[in-house]
Amino acid sequence: MAILSFSEAARDALREEMRRDSSIWALGEDLGQGGIFAQYSGLAEEFGSERIVDTPISEATIMGAAVGAAIVGTRPVVEMRFSDFALCAVDELVNQAAKARYMFGGQCRVPLVARQPIGIEGSHAAQHSQSLEAWWVHIPGLVVVAPATPSDNKGLLKSAIRCDDPVVYLEHKGLWGLEGEVSDEEDWIVPLGVARVAREGADITIVTWSSMVQVAESAADLVAANGISVEIIDLRTLWPWDEEKVCESIEKTGHVLIVHEAVQVAGFGAEVFATIVERVGNSLKHPPRRMGGPRIPVPYSPPLEELCTISSRQIAEAIKSLLYPNVSPRN
Amino acid sequence: MKTATDLEVSHVLSMYRTMVRIRRFEEETEVCRKDGRIVGSAHLSIGQEAVPTGVCANLTISDKITSTHRGHGHTIAKGCDVTAMMCELFAREGGTSQGKGGSMHIADFSVGMLGANGVVAAGVPIAVGAAQGLKLNKKTDLVVCFFGDGAINRGPFFEGLNWAKIYELPVLFVCEDNRYAAYTRTSSVTAGAGAAARAEGIGVPASSVDGNDLIAVSRLVIELVKKIRRGEGPQFLHAQTYRIKGHTVSDGASYRSEEEVAEASSLDPIIRCGSYLVDAGISQEDLDSIWIEESKRIEKAVDTATNAPWPPPEIAYADVQDIGAQRWQS
Repeated sequence: MAILSFSEAARDALREEMRRDSSIWALGEDLGQGGIFAQYSGLAEEFGSERIVDTPISEATIMGAAVGAAIVGTRPVVEMRFSDFALCAVDELVNQAAKARYMFGGQCRVPLVARQPIGIEGSHAAQHSQSLEAWWVHIPGLVVVAPATPSDNKGLLKSAIRCDDPVVYLEHKGLWGLEGEVSDEEDWIVPLGVARVAREGADITIVTWSSMVQVAESAADLVAANGISVEIIDLRTLWPWDEEKVCESIEKTGHVLIVHEAVQVAGFGAEVFATIVERVGNSLKHPPRRMGGPRIPVPYSPPLEELCTISSRQIAEAIKSLLYPNVSPRN
Repeated sequence: MKTATDLEVSHVLSMYRTMVRIRRFEEETEVCRKDGRIVGSAHLSIGQEAVPTGVCANLTISDKITSTHRGHGHTIAKGCDVTAMMCELFAREGGTSQGKGGSMHIADFSVGMLGANGVVAAGVPIAVGAAQGLKLNKKTDLVVCFFGDGAINRGPFFEGLNWAKIYELPVLFVCEDNRYAAYTRTSSVTAGAGAAARAEGIGVPASSVDGNDLIAVSRLVIELVKKIRRGEGPQFLHAQTYRIKGHTVSDGASYRSEEEVAEASSLDPIIRCGSYLVDAGISQEDLDSIWIEESKRIEKAVDTATNAPWPPPEIAYADVQDIGAQRWQS
């Protein structure tokens, strides 16, 4: 075990995989200089410019070239810099990467990883702050991953690189500096599609992912003072998502709150909510609830930007009102 | 009289056969699309056969190509079986994509045909990436990227050419200029001096050729392929041709004059190649027998496709993804 940041954990994952398999390479803007969040630092020095490829600002071709390189037998790791910029490569991701195997009747696979830094962090404003996981989950053919801890960022990135499907890999910008224990065993991975119980509890289940896991943990600490025991499920992978683990937890607690940073309207939380109602609705003692961002572009000014984020206090209030709907809130 | 000094007559004869195969495939495609046996959209390249033929006949089977929505010619020229192709157009079992792709998603990876594409210019980034991947894996194959004149107004065209040049990738860009971007005359929506000038502007050496002259296309491609294999980086070929039919089978192409089509038809690449071969000593009988043999081949393909079963429903759920795939439930 080592103590690593979220960024360092991802760098180690890629380094270990690139040492293991010479067909793995990475491409994106400024990767030769370590990437803008230092998540590629030192890799160009070790693997050279043919495998850590500095590209022009050509998102469509970064993604499209990765598709071409994947279908001829390499395993590209695509860096989109900001998830918002991946929108310049939607045709390549949605119409090409996600569909090539299917359209061509199984003649090829597209084993690429599309890394997309997401989320609200430090006044990046409307075009550098989005969390668009719902877009990608909606697309047949894609796997969607959103790690919340340094350990998972290493273990899941390794799994994503080894996966033969195209994987959209969402790293929250607010997590880059987060430190935690990370395995340094090269064969250690975190499997795709398996959720993590971030905190065990008895009274209510919070289903969440990415940066909201930490916020939910703080909220759980807050309501512990009121004698409420919260179970937190960190989905980690959004497609496929671990329905079993979520349903088991709800059958135990009888309550569920879904929390994500992305815009609440048509967010992935709506899918989780509906599935829960369909599968274990009879186990619910109160109606489920979800929390997401308002349907406004993310503004620049800190007090305005804050309106788009969800605080541990807001989650704590939501937990209390969900569990005790007839009690008027105090404090 | 022209003589085949640098091109073996047998090579030209083989290319003639390929062009006839493409023509007969597409003539039957038109018939079957109109009578409803082909269920989806089909874009014909009748009149353009010399370009895919002259290019692909001078590649190895392990060289790769990317294609377009108008991709029957590229696919046949690269060596795909026409029966599997026809089954695909008929949406039946035995099709190249198991009936899930149709004309616009024809592919045959076993002969280096990396796929037609329903999105204009989408093959450009894929082609340059394939070349980069092959290079990374120490392969010596090159990649040919076919696209039409409509594609040169999309962003990925510019990005992809720049990409190929900065990494000096083994790519031959082939612009099949049939003068129309769907229903619109391309020159009316294209600024500047056109495809070759754009390539030159990005630093990719460009050549232009009469795309209805198979011999000229073939000679030029042999030279360009040599340069690419020597490691000289990407090359660009602007082949001027003409789309005799409409954008799709159901497009009557009333936006152009009969005179224009008649004039273009008089420059038919197959007729011109036939004259060349007769001049070189091949008998008209030999050419006629090629037409008969290829017609039989296509008729057999149509017959097989007509009688092939529809794909079973579970096929719709296959090959989506390994992780998280929904399962077919009857």
